Amino acid sequence: MSDDDLVFKALADPTRRHLLDRLFVRDGRTLTELESELTMTRFGVMKHLRVLEEAGLVVTRKSGREKLHFLNPVPIRLLHDRWIDKYTERHVSALVDLKKELEETS
Amino acid sequence: MTTVTQPTAIATEPAPASTVQVYRVYIKAGAQAIWDAITRPEWTNRYGYTGFAEYDLRPGGAYRVRANEEFKAAAAAGGFPCPDIVVDGEVVEVDPPRRLVTTWRLLMDPGMAAEGFTRVTYDIKELDGFCSLTVTHDLAGAPRLALLVSGAFEDMGGGGGGGHAWVLSDLKSLLETGTTLAGAG
Repeated sequence: MSDDDLVFKALADPTRRHLLDRLFVRDGRTLTELESELTMTRFGVMKHLRVLEEAGLVVTRKSGREKLHFLNPVPIRLLHDRWIDKYTERHVSALVDLKKELEETS
Repeated sequence: MTTVTQPTAIATEPAPASTVQVYRVYIKAGAQAIWDAITRPEWTNRYGYTGFAEYDLRPGGAYRVRANEEFKAAAAAGGFPCPDIVVDGEVVEVDPPRRLVTTWRLLMDPGMAAEGFTRVTYDIKELDGFCSLTVTHDLAGAPRLALLVSGAFEDMGGGGGGGHAWVLSDLKSLLETGTTLAGAG
């Protein structure tokens, strides 16, 4: 699966989007904090967090004995820059970028 | 289908908001190329907010970013004339081409400059044919700068609002295609 596929797949789930929303409001949370707001087993939340981590949307960092989860907005930024801009900004440079991208991926 | 409950009051004290922001991007480039793009002025002037970074790469060494003429002209035209040195700080830790830690203060806006020094860490990890670059920005005591680097001012126009995520996306584009998102190179 490509990076884009992993991100789209990770975002295609309401629980995972909810987890990202929680991290957007307040970053650097523990698993315990994140699961306290979901009617789901700890294992279930861990599974969702793993999908988010594999897509690069969540980055973890050790702080003492705790593992903190941070929202990493870069993959969404990349999707935005590569896909959204492409269809919303119809100026010449976008076409140039598109051409370049097609040439490189073909 | 999973139900998402509303947050309920928890008996424990809520943890304070984290002042750390973490950004990670995967780049098809070698660690040295990424290191150069972060530390060499001819590279730093080609992506993101541009400007010539100058690092004295040893602990305690000076770090500053000089604005280029185009940037200064654009800032003046926008009604917020900027100083020659737009960022300053001090090198804390250097391990080329893997890890760079500096203090970091933005001098463009008096309010943000007054928040004082924050701390930026770059971690580059060599993986299988590509690298991960992680930027960790500890913004303790700098709530205004925290908003700026998180991209909160994106909609203000002028290209100034994208924050770290935008800079890293632009850096990836430059290293992988030789061209930035703005089409410059």
